[in-house]
Amino acid sequence: MTMTTRALLGATALCAIGLAASAQETTLTIATVNNGDMVRMQGLTDDFTAQHPDIALEWVTLEENVLRQNVTTDIATNGGQYDVITIGTYEVPIWGKQGWLVPLNDLPAEYDVNDILPPIRAGLSVDDNLYAVPFYGESSFIMYRKDLFEAAGLTMPDAPTWDFVKEAAAKLNDADAGVYGICLRGKAGWGENVAFLTTMANSYGARWFDENWQPQFDSPEWKAAITDYLDLMNNYGPPGASSNGFNENLTLFQQGKCGMWIDATVAASFVTDPNNSTVADKVGFALAPDAGKGKRANWLWSWALAIPSSSDAPDAAKQFIEWATSKGYTELVAANEGWANVPPGTRTSLYENQEYLSAAPFAQMTIDSINAADPQQPTVDPVPYTGVQFVAIPEFQGLGTSVGQEFSAALAGEKTADEALASAQEIATQEMTSAGYIQ
Amino acid sequence: MARAVTPQRKLLNTVLAWAVALLLFFPILWTFLTSFKPEPIAVASPPQFLFFDWTVKNYVDVQNQRNYFDYFWNSVIISLGSTILGLAVAVPAAWSMAFVPGSKTRDLLMWMLSTKMMPAVGVLVPIYLIFKTLGLLDSRIGLTLILTLINLPIIVWMLYTYFKEIPGEILEAARMDGASLMSEILYVLTPMAVPGIASTFLLNVIMAWNEAFWTINLTVTDAAPLTKFISGFSSPQGLFYAKLSAASTMAIAPILIMGWFSQRQLVRGLTFGAVK
Repeated sequence: MTMTTRALLGATALCAIGLAASAQETTLTIATVNNGDMVRMQGLTDDFTAQHPDIALEWVTLEENVLRQNVTTDIATNGGQYDVITIGTYEVPIWGKQGWLVPLNDLPAEYDVNDILPPIRAGLSVDDNLYAVPFYGESSFIMYRKDLFEAAGLTMPDAPTWDFVKEAAAKLNDADAGVYGICLRGKAGWGENVAFLTTMANSYGARWFDENWQPQFDSPEWKAAITDYLDLMNNYGPPGASSNGFNENLTLFQQGKCGMWIDATVAASFVTDPNNSTVADKVGFALAPDAGKGKRANWLWSWALAIPSSSDAPDAAKQFIEWATSKGYTELVAANEGWANVPPGTRTSLYENQEYLSAAPFAQMTIDSINAADPQQPTVDPVPYTGVQFVAIPEFQGLGTSVGQEFSAALAGEKTADEALASAQEIATQEMTSAGYIQ
Repeated sequence: MARAVTPQRKLLNTVLAWAVALLLFFPILWTFLTSFKPEPIAVASPPQFLFFDWTVKNYVDVQNQRNYFDYFWNSVIISLGSTILGLAVAVPAAWSMAFVPGSKTRDLLMWMLSTKMMPAVGVLVPIYLIFKTLGLLDSRIGLTLILTLINLPIIVWMLYTYFKEIPGEILEAARMDGASLMSEILYVLTPMAVPGIASTFLLNVIMAWNEAFWTINLTVTDAAPLTKFISGFSSPQGLFYAKLSAASTMAIAPILIMGWFSQRQLVRGLTFGAVK
């Protein structure tokens, strides 16, 4: 046999092997958002492919709104481009009800579905059907500067009231030294200022809609909440707060410019990280404030993994999401990157793990905050919707952002609290009428 | 009669032109500067202009997260492919409209342009379904086709206005000498219209390169171009402006450089047609 013939034969054999291999292989396309935990997961997928050599993974990272749009188009047309999608507690109830997601009721015993934190599980279920499993979960709480509190002669209670927060903000505020009493979200958006303000309003006894879907922005509770918010921010907040969202406040807090900050529990690992935070060893944590009405101003959110009903490989997809949200994955991250970096807020067992509790000083307050949130009954008075810092209806994304722009304008001084609330009431009434909820 | 231009007026014009140019260029410059800042500096208030710790870490991080060149080649293929395909259709179309117009030519031109007036999202679902049925989702061929179709009205219109400038008598003379239709278009018309065709080509490459609705919605991974590459670097949590700026700079650099080298051609072509 000549060299050429041998080479040809060899190449043919290789091709045959290649074909055989690719014939068995299932490729999963996973759509995800760009945040630290997700990026970390992409780096650890060798562990999954080693356990499942017949499944290949392809990642698509997208901006949150682009992801929603792409995935909805694909599901609505049964396109089958995605096998696993990353969605939040806002979409799961809506999409689950539409039949767009594969129910996940038959997870294996070793997955231990009962270990998932009850409020998070409730947020990802529709009529007791689980439609997504949490990759990480969060609530919101107060992060505060222990050193500044001590200097001002104040002690932060574990469960403070809004009155205490107002008093503390006044005492901590030292604008000349560049330290502001409190930092809160002001940037317009349903996932920005509206998330925070809805929880604050919940704690004041307000609600978005009554049981008949009538908007409630003309209620005294909303007025009290927005007035207090504006007072706090105008007197003790940083300048230009109407453009501050999560990221901007995070930076301010890390640079030591905020006495208190009420925001996502996942921020705790950023503000206590000595590599990025100048106040890493001075941060204390407390539950979000209340106004004595039985609800605290803390939200509930989870980025979760779900399988769209249009997927052509739901079984392989199920194996992947079981792996990514398992106890084993938590241990894998801990072994590779340390306990402080494991995705928080999903499983009870994590909060019983001594190693995690000692690596994460904010762990106990995080779990207490999550457990204090109830997506099924988010408000003092009854409401027809689920969701704590949002209303789980498709119209909310647009409506929430429009209302958020009103509140942001009020914070910027372009409107009074009354004007902003009147506009919000008008916008909501219009939107809910045209969507057919009310006459 | 030429207008007298006083030195003061000339100076004023120069200053104004520079001011407008800087204003238009500033966002790109800011993106470029931000891409070299550490993340906390990128959102610092007051903003820092030049005096910060310059770093290329963002570029390294971006490249480590996703391979730029996969997206880059897709962008090159679909933008060049759609422009060449578009020209192949548009040159004969514009020829017939410019030199042998029928009674409905004007209406036809308007109708073609009117397709650009509809918001793209209005036809997303039908197009998505057609692509799904034809197996074109997430394929370069599918994207090339859709971009060709989207930019075709503009290509035809641009070529039409250039061709209108060329005296029909020259083509007639060629026909008298026995040139076939094909050789008339290829050897007589095209060489005369090179500046127009070149600027149409450049402008369409730029438009196809920057097209962000269809390229994001019709692709997943295999055919994903740079628009999809950028969109992945916005983050719901944690700082991302510097990395996003680095990704944007990487995505626009090739087309910016191309535009820079061909600006003479572009400007000449754009001022050559009906609006001169």
